[in-house]
Amino acid sequence: MKTSQLNIDMQLTIGRIRKNWGLYILLLPAAVLLLLFSYKPMYGVLIAFKDYSPALGIMESPWAGFKYFEKYFNSYQFSITIKNTLIISLYSIATFPIPIMLALMINQMRVNRFKQVFQTVTYMPHFISTVVMVGLILILFSPGNGLLGNIYRLFGAEAPNLMGSTQWFSSVYVWTDVWQHTGWDSIIYIAALSAVDPSLYEAAKVDGASRWQRIRYIDIPMLMPTAITLLILRIGGLLGVGFEKVYLMQNNLNISSSEVIATYVYKIGLLSSQYSFSSAINLFNTIINFILLILVNQAAKKYSENSLW
Amino acid sequence: MNTMEATVKPALQKEKGRSLDVMEVLIYVFAALMLILIVYPIYFIVMASISDPAAVANGQMWFFPKGFTSDGYQELLKHSNIWIGYKNTILYTAVGTLLSLAINVSAAYALSRKDLVGRKAITLFFIFTMFFNGGLIPTFLTIRDFHLYDTFLVMVLPFSVAVFNIIVARTFFQSSIPGDLWEAAQLDGCGNLKYYVQIVLPLSKAVLSVLALWTAVGYWNSYFNALIYLKDLDLYPLQLVLRNILITNQMQSSLGTGEAAVIAMRLANLMRYSVIIVSTLPIMCMYPFVQKYFNQGVMIGAVK
Repeated sequence: MKTSQLNIDMQLTIGRIRKNWGLYILLLPAAVLLLLFSYKPMYGVLIAFKDYSPALGIMESPWAGFKYFEKYFNSYQFSITIKNTLIISLYSIATFPIPIMLALMINQMRVNRFKQVFQTVTYMPHFISTVVMVGLILILFSPGNGLLGNIYRLFGAEAPNLMGSTQWFSSVYVWTDVWQHTGWDSIIYIAALSAVDPSLYEAAKVDGASRWQRIRYIDIPMLMPTAITLLILRIGGLLGVGFEKVYLMQNNLNISSSEVIATYVYKIGLLSSQYSFSSAINLFNTIINFILLILVNQAAKKYSENSLW
Repeated sequence: MNTMEATVKPALQKEKGRSLDVMEVLIYVFAALMLILIVYPIYFIVMASISDPAAVANGQMWFFPKGFTSDGYQELLKHSNIWIGYKNTILYTAVGTLLSLAINVSAAYALSRKDLVGRKAITLFFIFTMFFNGGLIPTFLTIRDFHLYDTFLVMVLPFSVAVFNIIVARTFFQSSIPGDLWEAAQLDGCGNLKYYVQIVLPLSKAVLSVLALWTAVGYWNSYFNALIYLKDLDLYPLQLVLRNILITNQMQSSLGTGEAAVIAMRLANLMRYSVIIVSTLPIMCMYPFVQKYFNQGVMIGAVK
């Protein structure tokens, strides 16, 4: 009895797969690419535990255990890279509410023309590439002949060398990011606000709710699910400060506050070809991020109804 | 509910319908300041690119070009590597965007169908790669093993799957393509592939435009893959060429001294202002074409 039921179930499933063969064709290219270029490298992560030599290959290279992890933990670069990564990352996360505030502000604008122009202009900097952005920073913040230097001289003062000192690095990194991406990052919140039923505002007005109260009791609750999801993802990437911008902003004068895990992995791995060492640092980083993501997601699940899964 | 009523009462009748209140005025003033903060640096670059570099360096150029010159742009014409980079970037962006869109949107459609057997497992197979990866070196070794290092293909194929975009498109399909449509098409003897190409895609212009813009901007602006996987200067995309002009050389050029060095540095700066304009303009021009879709709630799909 039971087996025949199972048989029927299986036949039904096979029938459904056969009927929808077209869908599997659509999935195939993406699945194959991920298998080759995401999952195969995951297997390659084994070299973090080996003394990898390209001549021997991944399998044949001798095991090294946790040698390269210990090497990283004991190196003087360990505390520097972790500290710099955390500072930049936490500083960035602290600016997380800015796009939300911008969206709430845009939502209050009733002059439509102004609103449209404002939105378009605030989105624009997002389209500037990282290379050009860092180029802009270097050229505008140059104390000698840049815009910042000129502004300081207007007041008879000497401009600080923002790019040539260690103390300014994280601020320049974070606030130029805010300048470039706040408008763009607010889009998602504006979209969420546009889903508010207008009759809710009308009802609140009839009840005499002030503008602040409408924001506090209608708009902000509406944004919470989106905000929490994005915050979880941000915290999950705590040790994942992007390579691109930091690497371009680095120079000999600020290196002690600008060397982050990602740039260190690149230098050790590709510039000095210590493949196993670099992979070990990278894997350590990925695992910490993965654990953080799961922890934060658990916490979000416990204290609110919002979570990633 | 009661507490809300209590706090609301005193505010009764404070709201006037049409006239601007203090807070609204503050909002517009603040917004205007923000506009200046965003627009002025960009405006300054545009003006600096056609001004006498000495005037710019001395702080004499604030609002209008001083001593008009097109030397910066003429200097650009002499640098053939910029134009090779330009050509490469256009190719990578065009081929990469088409390929990436075709691959991701197809997968997204399949994953949006509730009657797909194994949907949960396949979705997990995709999403897992967002949070876990082999890292730089294992990926680099994989690319080398497949003989993709220093080829055209490495710039457009291996990293064309964008799981985030797949999720956005999947959410769009789930919420915007009615399920009855597929039932009806099936009755007419329409297969999955035909249905996808002839019915689903034409109904999905909004999400396709937004994803195309994201992807194209990504290809146009990224330099990481080129830095890691390319060696041949003739394959360099624009961003790597720009990196040399705007960043690597800038750090070197500040080392020289003397009259000639100052003049050379000023010309170099002028060229930098010009190259920023020339390289950023095309991608910014794409944006207005898809702008209308942004506020229609397409992006909300991203986090649902």
